[in-house]
Amino acid sequence: MTAPRLLHPGAWWLWAVALSACALRTTNPVLLCLIIAVSGWVVVSRRADVPWSRSFASFLRLGMIVIAVRVVFQIFFGVRIPGTTLFTIPEVTLPDWAAGVSIGGPVTLESLMAAFYQGLRLAAVLACFGAATSLCSPYRMLRALPTVLYEAGVAVTIAFTFAPQAIVASRQVREARRLRGRSDRGVRAWSASALPVLEGALDRAVALAASMDSRGYGRRGSSSVSVRRGSVGLVLLGLVAIAVGSYGLLDSSAPALFRIPALGLGAAALIGALVAGGKSTMRTRYRPDPWIGPEWMVSLAGVVALGSFVLVGRMGDALSPSTNPLEVPAVPFVAVVGLLIAALPAWLAPHPPTLASASSPLAVAA
Amino acid sequence: MIRFEHVTITYPEATTPTLVDVSFEVPEGELCLVVGVTGSGKSTLLRAVNGLVPRFSGGILAGSVVIDGRTTSDVAPRDLADVVGVVGQDPAAGFVTDFVEDELAYAMENLGVAPDLMRRRVEDILDLLGLHELRHRPLASLSGGQQQRVAIGSVLTAGPRVLVLDEPTSALDPAAAEEVLAALTRLVHDLGITVLIAEHRLERVVQYADRIVLVPGDGRQVVVGTPAEVFGGSVVAPPVVELGRLAGWSPLPLSVRDARRVAGPLRDQLASIDTEVFSRKARSLGEVVATTNGLQASYGPITALRGVDLEFRAGEVVALMGRNGAGKSTLLNHLVGLREPVSGAVQVMGSAPHRLSARDVVRVAGLVPQDSGVLLYHDTVLAECNASDRDAGLVHGTTRTVLDRIVPGVDASTHPRDLSEGQRLGLALSIVLASEPPLLLLDEPTRGLDYGAKQRLVEVLAQLAADGHAVVIATHDVEVVAAVADRCIVLAEGEVVADGPARDVVVHSPVFAPQVAKVLAPLALLTVNEVQLALAAASDSSYS
Repeated sequence: MTAPRLLHPGAWWLWAVALSACALRTTNPVLLCLIIAVSGWVVVSRRADVPWSRSFASFLRLGMIVIAVRVVFQIFFGVRIPGTTLFTIPEVTLPDWAAGVSIGGPVTLESLMAAFYQGLRLAAVLACFGAATSLCSPYRMLRALPTVLYEAGVAVTIAFTFAPQAIVASRQVREARRLRGRSDRGVRAWSASALPVLEGALDRAVALAASMDSRGYGRRGSSSVSVRRGSVGLVLLGLVAIAVGSYGLLDSSAPALFRIPALGLGAAALIGALVAGGKSTMRTRYRPDPWIGPEWMVSLAGVVALGSFVLVGRMGDALSPSTNPLEVPAVPFVAVVGLLIAALPAWLAPHPPTLASASSPLAVAA
Repeated sequence: MIRFEHVTITYPEATTPTLVDVSFEVPEGELCLVVGVTGSGKSTLLRAVNGLVPRFSGGILAGSVVIDGRTTSDVAPRDLADVVGVVGQDPAAGFVTDFVEDELAYAMENLGVAPDLMRRRVEDILDLLGLHELRHRPLASLSGGQQQRVAIGSVLTAGPRVLVLDEPTSALDPAAAEEVLAALTRLVHDLGITVLIAEHRLERVVQYADRIVLVPGDGRQVVVGTPAEVFGGSVVAPPVVELGRLAGWSPLPLSVRDARRVAGPLRDQLASIDTEVFSRKARSLGEVVATTNGLQASYGPITALRGVDLEFRAGEVVALMGRNGAGKSTLLNHLVGLREPVSGAVQVMGSAPHRLSARDVVRVAGLVPQDSGVLLYHDTVLAECNASDRDAGLVHGTTRTVLDRIVPGVDASTHPRDLSEGQRLGLALSIVLASEPPLLLLDEPTRGLDYGAKQRLVEVLAQLAADGHAVVIATHDVEVVAAVADRCIVLAEGEVVADGPARDVVVHSPVFAPQVAKVLAPLALLTVNEVQLALAAASDSSYS
């Protein structure tokens, strides 16, 4: 067993992205539940004793809301799938120009199950991202980014912290309203508290920006303005090309030029930007996280699970069980084994340092 | 090292400049203390050192600030990071990373320090500030004093030659404040770093200062000199200096140690005085206003209060003391019904506060929270006062009257955000005080207040107690406790460890004793005022 340390954030993100890719490939409720269970189990076993590690529960809650919203939408506005009618709600007759939109009508078990499966798939993806954010903070991921992306990354990280800060601020405002003797309820109460919440969060952002600036954030190296602009341009070009390329891969009707060539161009532009930008910034990195055995194993576990899903998808349609006619979903053995492998990081990853052991020096592999 | 040349700073939309024609110089290796009344522009002066004012605040800076030979108007704050380190009032607001070690390395990463040098410097700073046991801790899990030391460390690693701190100890308990100040003096003595520090609690820092910059406010000239020179005529002075003036000691003592060495004759003169005379028993205690019975509270896995049994009576001022995180704020929150007890019971005027509606709670208990700004959300002081009168159903103008008593001369059209820390607290205090609830709770009310504002607050609190309110203040400020509290409760790890008359509790505590008590021990006198009365009594008895 290795000494307690935090795993490289990239490993957790690779694992989580692979797991969410599995979720995106299936609507099989058994597999989706298994994916949520696997991510939850790994989080419970390997999260550190830090504030952000409690975010997994809120992602689960968000997932449940997504399922509920999806099902409710299906009841009122969904496409009518014939089958076992559970109940009928009054149908609204729409004018001709709104043909294709239906409100109300018979609600069938088949349509509800289809909506539930789709909602569950989104909930599973959310659970995977919740797992990644609970297992490592956004800032740790940022540290691992190449320096040319660092400054943009900081902006993104601060944007991410805006939501939790707004939650803290809104609780403060609610308490303050109570201390002033005003009621907590009603639309007026909420609209009256929106401004102070935003002001509070903005103040914090300005204070943070001042602190970062006075600690040298954004200092320039010796490189010229043109080199810097060039590398930023290359980054933008690369990102656009990669977006186009991924779209091309997903949409089979897209021209061939939008597939592999676009991806290749994007990758080349990004690599160019990294090389040019790496010379222009003077940032150095303090004790970078090592990428060693456990990191390989954790990311491999995710990739193996994804591989098993691809394999099952090639072999048959067990990944998307039929809802019309409704049938009990088959459980593909290979995919289950893949997900069990994805659960292995719960044992393979090193323990995170606990608060009690945090005072002892941690072993850092060379 | 730091040179201000005819600096005048005007904020946008302000009619008068905040600082007028400020010129002074701080030589290398000095610890320079910036003092002044609430709202006089101390923070503005400090933030001008590395150009955060006007670059982050807006406004116009006339004249020039020269630091290590560079003028701030030519250089951005980030390019001064290796020369000046700035630590703001709320250290947690400036944290960028998640862990102590990463935070310490952050500035060096930006400066492009080589990795092996970076590693070595982090180790040095960890040792220098006594942080080595915390190195792998998440920043959010640290106490106030620890956070402040990490914030200092996070600017020190960049190797600055000037360190600027805005009220570094105002949120800290006495022991944590000592910790931070000890670290600072080490920096000045061992590393020759120039330190510029603003602080209201002069009693904590004045003995370490080489030079004082007095910012009088209202556009008057700043006064610069040695502590003894400046305090000779200043209205802002710590109790030990006040005592020195009263006793006619020369040179004026700046530390308890200096004062004790010359205080022998005064002690002899006062030895015959019966200190019982000063016990504030004169105030008659009324009915029981609030009680807690076996009160337990917890935040997640952390137990904040463990079975607290207390009783608060009308007409007493109770000081709640203890370390940061001892459960003081939690207790106050329960008394005002913001939290529901895990077990045990809270009763205020016969009902459980957390079951009352917001409108009913303010009539029985009022709380001024630690971050008093959260109470304010209108755009002018006047609107804030009017809304408060409306909310509490008071005669129009009540809140404004209370405000003038605490912080006189606040412009009614000012945005609460533009008030100084002290003025803002005064406004929040007035809003809560205006509805005169039987139980008045204040969480760290003196944070950021100068001596004058504190004195007015003490008078207001004493008056409210005399009018039959039960007043509970959670505070680290021993001088205020000495001046106003009848009873003192000390909390430690969620338990009551001391509960008794304030004089008995604080006088023999090395941490909580006020300066006068330390100078005059074993005499149980707490404030300069009491010494004055005792001297008068002594001269009376010698005539008779």
